[in-house]
Amino acid sequence: FLTPLYFMEGGSMEQEMGELRRYRTQSISRGEFSLSDSFYFYIKGLESIVDDQVTQRFSSEELVSWNLLTRTNHNFHYISLRLTIIWGLGVIIRYCVLFPLRITLAIIGLTWLVIGTTLVGFLPNHRLKNWLSELVHLMCYRICARGLSATIQYHNKENKPQKGGICVANHTSPIDIVILANDGCYAMVGQSHGGLMGVIQRSMVRSCPHVWFERSEMRDRNAVTSRLRAHVAAKTNLPILIFPEGTCINNTSVMMFKKGSFEIGGTIYPVAIKYDPRFGDAFWNSAKYNMVNYLLRMMTSWAIVVNVWYLPPMTRREGEDAAQFANRVKSAIAHQGGLLDMAWDGSLKRAKVKEEFKEQQQKMYSSMVMGKKGSTHTKRSHYLY
Amino acid sequence: MGSTNSTLSKIPNVEELVQETGFTPAHIVRLYDRFEALDKEKTGHLRPQDFGAINRLAINPIGDRIIGAFFSPGQETVDFHSFVRILAHFRPADKKRPKDPSMPEPVNSRTSKLKFAFQLYDQDKDGKISRAELLQVLRSMLEMQVTEEQLESIADRTIQEADLDTDDAISFEEFRKSLEKVNIDHKMSIRFLR
Repeated sequence: FLTPLYFMEGGSMEQEMGELRRYRTQSISRGEFSLSDSFYFYIKGLESIVDDQVTQRFSSEELVSWNLLTRTNHNFHYISLRLTIIWGLGVIIRYCVLFPLRITLAIIGLTWLVIGTTLVGFLPNHRLKNWLSELVHLMCYRICARGLSATIQYHNKENKPQKGGICVANHTSPIDIVILANDGCYAMVGQSHGGLMGVIQRSMVRSCPHVWFERSEMRDRNAVTSRLRAHVAAKTNLPILIFPEGTCINNTSVMMFKKGSFEIGGTIYPVAIKYDPRFGDAFWNSAKYNMVNYLLRMMTSWAIVVNVWYLPPMTRREGEDAAQFANRVKSAIAHQGGLLDMAWDGSLKRAKVKEEFKEQQQKMYSSMVMGKKGSTHTKRSHYLY
Repeated sequence: MGSTNSTLSKIPNVEELVQETGFTPAHIVRLYDRFEALDKEKTGHLRPQDFGAINRLAINPIGDRIIGAFFSPGQETVDFHSFVRILAHFRPADKKRPKDPSMPEPVNSRTSKLKFAFQLYDQDKDGKISRAELLQVLRSMLEMQVTEEQLESIADRTIQEADLDTDDAISFEEFRKSLEKVNIDHKMSIRFLR
């Protein structure tokens, strides 16, 4: 049915060039140019003409075989009557049976969140309050997760984020919050909204501190950082949950992390979230669908199957700046989740690319031709392609 | 996104394309979608700027030359047929194809691919890669990372190694000989799936 257009070699520039030059007698470390070196760039260029990998990251992951959801089938064409009938049955089950059940659960869950947190908010600050608050939050998120038929498997629970820390995860959809909050309580960070979202936010804050920013505050990076720092410093506060990619990526790779989250200080607890695309596509393409549409699609999928890995905590090393630290964490997450580590900035979705990338490639190539050893930051996981 | 069949009917002379290029109808449809996506102003043709908008191509050191490969000399636009025909050169070799000497050489043969690679260097199409042309390619790939002297010495060394008839340039035959051990099919192919 549906496959990626071409099979991409996963090797780094060094690997691919090395293979190209294997027939030569000199060793690669000696450098030297070969007429076939240009082939590497040539093919990469052609591949990008045929199919732009980056834009691919921003549309849903393509499945090798069809899971009876037309939304994952981009080139829908008629195969057989039997398949269409089965698909039709699937539609009926999903929309008429599963969907109403799920909506009910979701409503129950959210209502309980608002009521429960407001009630707990009346209690004086006490250990009991915290315990009850956690109970309420957990309960509500678990109900919501059922409302999405989410099956979540948590790995390495011993590395679960602790109080006073910062939890950092890759971002695929707004549901990520529900997924993570099913297993622990976090302090949410985000913009204050109006409407239903606002009601939920305000009531959540009553029972335990979350960090909601006004839109105007978000622009002032220092204000944001200092508020977050204050939250982290109070060791009894719940760990903050941050998604450093800044935007939803389609869960096949991890894009560049914005370094702001890594300037706050404190211990970082990386978490890798990987959705199984066979039962439902959790990626939210905010350019294409709005939130309501998205939730509708989620609730009419078969199920959301997720794997969550808690990675060992990391802290910034001596002499490491925020950007390098961010990259280190990103690699760890990408590696664990089996996701491609992309050096691309998530903002590429809406902006143009920088000259730096071209220079970086030239640097990498020149170190191979000139035989220089130990070029600066050519980490193996730094895929430019 | 519509059914494959409806897209197929939009493309003129599909059977001819299939025969000529060896792409399957499904591939041609995907390439057509891609062509349309690149053709932002819906003119039915692509211009160099349309290729330039591809981010990953823009940062490719030899991006301009690759774009140039799609445009014949004097032409400013490329239509879908030409687009597909050029890409067809980079299909992996058809292993099952019987070696029939009476049939014309397929577009994606080893020689064909090497010719493309050769043209990358030989911009003035005089059949030889001159020292100056080689320097130009080296400069694109290395830009500010090495000095002019280093570039020249690399060019000298390369020509010395490959130039068998000592005319201080690399002909296609010399090019081919110098790369005879390289698995061209593997390294100069885009492995289109199914």
